[in-house]
Amino acid sequence: MQRFWDDPVSWEAAGRYALVALALLAVVIVFVTYAIYFERKVIGWMQFRQGPNRTGPLGLLQTVADVAKLLVKEDTIPAKADKALFVLAPALAFIPSFTVLAVIPYGLNLPFADLNVGFLYYVALSGVTTIAIVIAGWASNNKYALLGGMRSAAQMISYEVPLVLSVVGVAMLTESLNLRDIVLRQEGYFWHWNVFPQIIGFAVFVVAAVSELNRTPFDLPEAESELVAGYHVEYSGFRFAFFMLAEYVYIYAIACLTTILFLGGWNAPFPQLDFIPGLVWFAFKFALIVFSLFWIRATLPRLRVDQLMGLAWKALLPLALANILLTALGIEWLG
Amino acid sequence: MGVIRTEELLLNVGPQHPSTHGVFRIIVKLDGEIITEATPVMGYLHRGTEKLAESLNYTQIIPYTDRMDYVSAMTNNYVLVHAVEKMMGLRVPERAEFLRLIVMELQRIASHLVWWGTYLLDIGALSPFLYAFNDRERILQLFNELCGARLTYNYMRVGGVKWDAPEGWIDKVKAFVKSMYGKLDDYHALVSGNEIFLSRIKGVGAYDAETAIAYGLSGANLRSTGVKWDLRKNEPYSLYDRFEFDVPVGRNGDCYDRYVVRMEEIRQSLRILEQALEQFPPEGETMGKVPRVIRPPAGEIYVRIESPRGEIGCYIVSTGKAEPYRLKFRRPSFVNLQILPKLLVGESMTNLVTILGGIDIVLGEVDC
Repeated sequence: MQRFWDDPVSWEAAGRYALVALALLAVVIVFVTYAIYFERKVIGWMQFRQGPNRTGPLGLLQTVADVAKLLVKEDTIPAKADKALFVLAPALAFIPSFTVLAVIPYGLNLPFADLNVGFLYYVALSGVTTIAIVIAGWASNNKYALLGGMRSAAQMISYEVPLVLSVVGVAMLTESLNLRDIVLRQEGYFWHWNVFPQIIGFAVFVVAAVSELNRTPFDLPEAESELVAGYHVEYSGFRFAFFMLAEYVYIYAIACLTTILFLGGWNAPFPQLDFIPGLVWFAFKFALIVFSLFWIRATLPRLRVDQLMGLAWKALLPLALANILLTALGIEWLG
Repeated sequence: MGVIRTEELLLNVGPQHPSTHGVFRIIVKLDGEIITEATPVMGYLHRGTEKLAESLNYTQIIPYTDRMDYVSAMTNNYVLVHAVEKMMGLRVPERAEFLRLIVMELQRIASHLVWWGTYLLDIGALSPFLYAFNDRERILQLFNELCGARLTYNYMRVGGVKWDAPEGWIDKVKAFVKSMYGKLDDYHALVSGNEIFLSRIKGVGAYDAETAIAYGLSGANLRSTGVKWDLRKNEPYSLYDRFEFDVPVGRNGDCYDRYVVRMEEIRQSLRILEQALEQFPPEGETMGKVPRVIRPPAGEIYVRIESPRGEIGCYIVSTGKAEPYRLKFRRPSFVNLQILPKLLVGESMTNLVTILGGIDIVLGEVDC
């Protein structure tokens, strides 16, 4: 199969890569803009409210206006903050969030980087964001920020373990960590999707993923009612926007990843429906997950720190390990 | 390698903080996230109500009581006018007393709804807040129709109430009571069984009945320990002895019991309202025979009633003049708050919010 990265190195090829990357960037930025809008609308409806409806038709320009406001806001750095780290942290948070998108395959011929260790690449890079949050909490020289940063470190490290282990089952079934191969293995009817043989893994993955996203009920690093705003309490203007941007890009990434790992990626639920393009199926499943994330936020209260740790180490980790054992036994006995 | 040096963190919570429900400040010493010492600082909202009252006549004091516990202004109105009426031996017309009782019970529901919504918000659930305020809005609408104000009503007068119920108002209240039962069930279904919510509040901030009494706690804070003490039952005032209702009590005195008690109190208030609306006299005076200038005889009096937050008391010393010589309010929020430093030691920052919210304070009342 001819893939664009097999082309010989040339200015033309370099230009093509840059164009494709820009196109992806545009898609992500538009997604973030309208994910925020969508989230506010959906949660608004769930709470008998209208949601944004004043800026532009149906409030569609609300996020644009918000971002414009953040751009022109004064950029404050607290007097006693560690300046270098304070400036570094937002960049460190959002760069990995974009780089992880490189390995996501949206369709059979639409991967950007066909890495053999695609999933590991994702986990390794997204871990960098944790460091950024700890740095932000530390550099702000604010006690609330520090508490938020420390919570974040503990939480994200704890949840990365079950997150990775929950996918081991999928890797065993596929015998690959390449995200494209994982999707290809799920071809056929919808019961071939990993979500069914890997139901335990799926459950663990979703819980751990929500936690990795720092979203309700795991939004402790920025628990408003306790820590005011947590690690980004001292950030303003566009530095603050970078943190928000990173958060929503991760929503995008996690929703993509869940679709790929467990919901069959671009595969139609029935082969008869293959005439609908794979990208549509992908977008549909993706939207379903994004909606569920917002839905959870409108429904659940927040966990306490100690309960959070207990859940990760006492419930999710054993479950993930049991899943690996069951998968191994399944492969051994059922083939 | 040497031992890592650790030190305690002194954290200032408030007076601007999302979970202190106003301008309450608390200085906590933290060891990691565990509180080793907590010092509440209050007084940011002090307006000198009691001192101001000394140069006002009794009718003029009523609007000041609205601003004490601004979530439950009707009960504050009542405790003052009730004290003056008792001092002067005034008779209040039955229709007026019914109206007072109805608005007080509506107010109790509204107040508990605010508590429920903000408490869930403290714990991290966003939606219940808006559901609660949606229902509270309907109560405020009813009050608005009755007396033209949504928050600071200035509704009661010595000897009666200022405004009679407009036509059709009683039916609207009836409709509200009927639908509120269903809403309450919805709220229980939505929140009360939630595993995360229960694990957050069960066993948190527990104390026993002796401690509660020693600290002078009242209201749901006292009843959660199992003490059946409700002034509406134990020292009936207004018309409460005419109606049937239960006094819900807890057992363990933790945040969960306080939650259950308050939620059940909403249902009991609805029961009282149902009966009161049924027996509401179709016509009659709303203002008793009151002298033009209210001059209670020289002497002193203390009356207490059950506000949504506990026992609210009014102590008046009169020298026979139109202004009180001394006026003192016993504010349940202020008294209930005193147990906070004791409860917080050894708890985490997260539980600080849970426990403070569970006490249910209103800063306007703490700092009167």
